[in-house]
Amino acid sequence: MSLLSLNQMKTSIGQYHVLHDVTFDVPEGGVFVLLGRNGAGKTTTLRSIMGLWRPSPGSVTFRGEDISGLHASEIARKGISFVPENMGIFGGLTVEENLVLATARGKFDPQRLKRIYALFPALEQFWTKQAWSLSGGQKQMLAVARAIIEPRELILVDEPTKGLAPAIIDGMAEAFAEIGADTTILLVEQNFNFAKRLGQGLAVIDDGRVVHTGTMPEFAADTALQEQLLSLSA
Amino acid sequence: MNQLTQTLAPTLERLGGVYLLPVIVALIAFVLIGAPSSWVTLTVAGLSMGMMIFLMASGLSLVFGLMDVLNFGHSAFVSFGAFVAASALAYMAGWIGSESIWLNLLAIFLAFSAAIAFGLIVGWFFEVVIIKPVYHDHLRQILITMGALIVSEQIILAVWGGAPVSVPRPAFLEGSWLIGDVTIEIYRAFAFALALAVYVALYLVLKHTRIGLLIRAGVENREMVEALGFRIDRLFVGVFMVGSALAALGGAMWAGYETLITPALGGEVMIVVFIVVIIGGLGSVEGTLLGAIMVGLMANYIGFLAPKLALASNMLLMMAILLWRPNGLKPAVK
Repeated sequence: MSLLSLNQMKTSIGQYHVLHDVTFDVPEGGVFVLLGRNGAGKTTTLRSIMGLWRPSPGSVTFRGEDISGLHASEIARKGISFVPENMGIFGGLTVEENLVLATARGKFDPQRLKRIYALFPALEQFWTKQAWSLSGGQKQMLAVARAIIEPRELILVDEPTKGLAPAIIDGMAEAFAEIGADTTILLVEQNFNFAKRLGQGLAVIDDGRVVHTGTMPEFAADTALQEQLLSLSA
Repeated sequence: MNQLTQTLAPTLERLGGVYLLPVIVALIAFVLIGAPSSWVTLTVAGLSMGMMIFLMASGLSLVFGLMDVLNFGHSAFVSFGAFVAASALAYMAGWIGSESIWLNLLAIFLAFSAAIAFGLIVGWFFEVVIIKPVYHDHLRQILITMGALIVSEQIILAVWGGAPVSVPRPAFLEGSWLIGDVTIEIYRAFAFALALAVYVALYLVLKHTRIGLLIRAGVENREMVEALGFRIDRLFVGVFMVGSALAALGGAMWAGYETLITPALGGEVMIVVFIVVIIGGLGSVEGTLLGAIMVGLMANYIGFLAPKLALASNMLLMMAILLWRPNGLKPAVK
């Protein structure tokens, strides 16, 4: 059984129908990538899964349970965390406060904290600094660390490489590869090289509809399909 | 000039940044006033007035910061607090006239507690019945909260009448301390100390508790707090009630300060409260405190130095600060 299933998901924002028919399954474990051009509906798909925008009833199931009508906070408590495109960190709070807020009882599990320090050493260094003072890469590290500070079954990550320097992107790829070893990640990404390094399965979305699903190795080998669906040149 | 500003800015930031403003204002006033005793009296009066305004304004600022709710009916809590406390003090006339400081203290404690309890209840009713149906709709918020304000004023008129109501003060708060040439009104010192204690409690809750952490995070990014598993709308009811109770306490203290109150009190104070919230920076408790102290000091100094400008002093202060910092002195990080 898939961990997450989208079945003809439709989402409207105000009077605009943004997602028309989004259908794909995210298997348990590893990194599943959602690709698409600008404005295709990738971010709306993640936000609809998270309950931040209301999808059509019955269209999102997580471990077989319909979560499409739930409040974002209830979806989070089911074991889904979200790293938004703008990172969503709390600039006025310290690094420690940003992380402690994401814990269930306000206390850190020492083992998880150790793992976070190992993945992102900068966070330990800037532990007591207010988050607004961090660099873009460090903020992204904090956003990802916050998503894994508690055990989660699925992490929704929206364009984590946007605006980051290549060296930081490499570090981020290594971190996602490690996180993906024991947690499922649904990754929205425009940087195809980054997505190619991490993804096992993928779906391509265009104009609010899924136009392709398959495995990453097959898609990465088919330059004609990449050109057709993503306007990527060989 | 730009070079000078760029050189001075980091030094000022190290010395305290915008927190230096009240100190600078007080130093300038010291030079202009000339007489140290008058300056001390005016400064204590300004600080006391500022702290009472802070109590009235802090809830409004948090409520806006957390849920983007514009509550034009906030002054109803100030008025209710003032009138409830006035009635409670009148009921305990025997205790407040007593020579026992303990009976005096008990009377004022009970009167302020009644105002706070009333603020909590009215705040809950306001949030659940009036505000909740219009979340995320600013135009309707303005219309419905202004309507609620008018209804509240009519309720006050119906219960307490239109004539000014006299507010008795406990005996131990009457009079002044005379220290050398300096005169300090006891009630003002008491109001300052009590409001400062409330601020410290509020600060400790916001900085050192999980609820406070959630409120600070919610003010910055409500959606992200919900995506972390928390219901901000439920937290908001509590914040709204506490904000209303603080406004009611501020109203109760203001009533003792004015000693004669009318149903128009809330509306009059509200203009100052809005100015404080705007110049402090919406959603920021520290900014609200800073703004309130600036307004209190300026009102007293200008009232003494240039009485004709006293009415315009708040507006001028707001214009000057917004030209310098359009988001206010210490806005919440968004």
